[in-house]
Amino acid sequence: MEHTELVRLATTGSVDDGKSTLIGRMLYDTKQIFVDQLEAIEEASKRRGTDYVDLALLTDGLRAEREQGITIDVAYRYFATPKRKFILADTPGHIQYTRNMVTGASTADIALVLVDARLGVLEQTRRHAFIASLLRVPHLVLCVNKMDLVDYSQKVYDDITDDFRSFAARLDIADLRFVPVSALVGDNVVDKSMSMPWYTGSPLLEIIETIHVASDRNLIDARFPVQYVIRPHTMEHHDYRGYAGQIASGVYRPGDDVIVLPSGFESTIASIDTFDGPLEEAPAGLSVVIRLEDHIDISRGDMICRPHNQPQVGQDIDAIVTWMSDAVKLRPGAKYGIKHTTKSARALVRDLHYRFDVSTLHRIEDAPTLDLNEIGRVTLRTTAPLFFDEYRKNRQTGSFILIDEDTNNTVGAGIIGGAAL
Amino acid sequence: MPIVSYQISHLDALEAESIHIIREAVAEAERPVLLFSGGKDSALLLRLAVKAFYPARLPFPVMHVDTGHNFPEVIAFRDATVSELGADLIVASVQVAIDEGRVTEQSGVNASRNRLQIEPLLRAIAENRFDVVFGGARRDEEKARAKERVFSFRDEFGQWDPKNQRPELWSLYNGRHRNGEHLRVFPISNWTEMDVWQYIGAEGIELPSVYFSHTRLVFERDGLLMADSDYITRLDNEEVFEATVRFRTVGDMSCTGAFASTASTVEEIIAEVSATRITERGASRADDRTAEAAMEDRKREGYF
Ligand SMILES: Nc1nc2c(ncn2[C@@H]2O[C@H](COP(=O)(O)OP(=O)(O)O)[C@@H](O)[C@H]2O)c(=O)[nH]1
Repeated sequence: MEHTELVRLATTGSVDDGKSTLIGRMLYDTKQIFVDQLEAIEEASKRRGTDYVDLALLTDGLRAEREQGITIDVAYRYFATPKRKFILADTPGHIQYTRNMVTGASTADIALVLVDARLGVLEQTRRHAFIASLLRVPHLVLCVNKMDLVDYSQKVYDDITDDFRSFAARLDIADLRFVPVSALVGDNVVDKSMSMPWYTGSPLLEIIETIHVASDRNLIDARFPVQYVIRPHTMEHHDYRGYAGQIASGVYRPGDDVIVLPSGFESTIASIDTFDGPLEEAPAGLSVVIRLEDHIDISRGDMICRPHNQPQVGQDIDAIVTWMSDAVKLRPGAKYGIKHTTKSARALVRDLHYRFDVSTLHRIEDAPTLDLNEIGRVTLRTTAPLFFDEYRKNRQTGSFILIDEDTNNTVGAGIIGGAAL
Repeated sequence: MPIVSYQISHLDALEAESIHIIREAVAEAERPVLLFSGGKDSALLLRLAVKAFYPARLPFPVMHVDTGHNFPEVIAFRDATVSELGADLIVASVQVAIDEGRVTEQSGVNASRNRLQIEPLLRAIAENRFDVVFGGARRDEEKARAKERVFSFRDEFGQWDPKNQRPELWSLYNGRHRNGEHLRVFPISNWTEMDVWQYIGAEGIELPSVYFSHTRLVFERDGLLMADSDYITRLDNEEVFEATVRFRTVGDMSCTGAFASTASTVEEIIAEVSATRITERGASRADDRTAEAAMEDRKREGYF
């Protein structure tokens, strides 16, 4: 079996920047579009009176969206090249869909942000970049689209990239790249464009195929949130007691000394089991079962880590929250359900410090509430201690969701800045 | 001992994600159940579920919504798989629903029991008070599925509301629900048809024989080769002939089409799938061709 790597992308752009066309183009040029899908969109294009096959229709989902003619939810697309399998979270760019972009960015390795070459960097572009940096997407590629409409001008492209760079300097983007494209014509999407000889970089597909993502994982800090306790109660495995979970970060090996939180009991890893046999080594990302040498009382929500590298433990947490509900607002003093790793508890909003103007990055002090799509800094107090790291060090143990206890809806997404005083 | 490198292959990554989802759902559910049709996606799902709890036994039953129009090979496979695992099988029967007058059989040439599955499915969920129902749907199958959550909330009527889905971030899933409501959980959402076949090949997962090339009596309708059976009414001009075929998906005999193929091993199927230019559903599902939004409409009512 060849070792194809799994890479997660998030795409965003303002309405009409050409995002759907770009995605359609990537799927089409990498031969992921099937004849029947093509026929269906040809027919739909004809019905709507467009005179070319609208590749954007390939990624248009639900009926409501078709009626309104815009994408209103995160949709997932899949395509593969011989080296990589891509999961693409297609997120709409309008400000009223900030929550969708945050959703798409939460798991992304690479963010593709589109701009229209005729319009350059807009307020929306800055917002998209801010969200990608906030959510710690490790790589951002700014795709300057519709180059065919600006005569493939290098000057236009350079001005846009300069403009974006100076804004991005205020953000925390680990790896920033640029590519001039025409999604409609196909320039620099899969094949290198003949119309822009001045561009010496790679086409978009090659960029996303070669960006190194394996090292973005945190392989240093061993964090294993216990998900489920496995006790077979069978003759064969009479005394078996294993802790199932997905390794959030770090690497685990049999023989490792470990400490279990919150109890603080120490033990040693006896074995790391899977259906396919025990492992000598298990890195972040794998779902395994850990057995310990000692019988300790451990349950779901506990964390197995190393004695000399522990997460922070606390009930007072400083966090940036994106509000995702149109039914209720985040208010200081309100209580929510919180889910962090495999642990569920309740959280009280002690304080709402400020809200971001997500386009200018200005802080708006004295914001009374957070509304749908607003992002702000809060202090939370939880009913039980959480075992957490700063989000910028660990996307798994630094993230949480807030749940409305009346409706059970997910209403907020939080990233942890650190312990609150 | 197998040695794991720090670089994880895409199949390992998908497997780990699916196992995480299954454990997460079970940890937070009171009465989970896994939908098992005997098709390749549900065979994959079942394998992942077994892996998730190994060495313990599967901590929940499996359920089949039996239309009564299944391929006999698939039913035999279903029964053999379930008994080998020692799992409990619940059968929700469309035929019984028809006999009891709860649903009405369609008539005519394109009659299908597809939509009729909704009633017995929701009834069985309610009767057994299942609160998590695992399904083997994949997002790459169909447009409406592309936007559905991994943990997909269903109200007390089993309805899906595409406009009001819970945001789903990182690998944090919200399984909360009240009595009478349930969650459909789709652990293989992110797998493509190709991933499924690669994994089935790598793991040596058994499948019903209809997935592999065989000869059978068929007739042609709308470009699909339909198996000749008691469950489908032929038109006068639809002549039966013998062909070497296989099925790309396995649903009802009345609405699942075959296509000419000589692929008789997983390797040959992978080669065929990589060369094909037609989607799985387009190649085999008569029911999804009826309307652009056929799947979305069914899903809103509580379909898989
Ligand atoms: N000339 C030109 N038009 C484009 C290009 N990309 C997209 N478009 C057009 O811009 C319009 C909006 O594109 P669409 O993909 O629907 O934008 P979205 O709203 O970002 O998904 C459509 O009419 C596209 O045909 C491009 O590279 N060049």
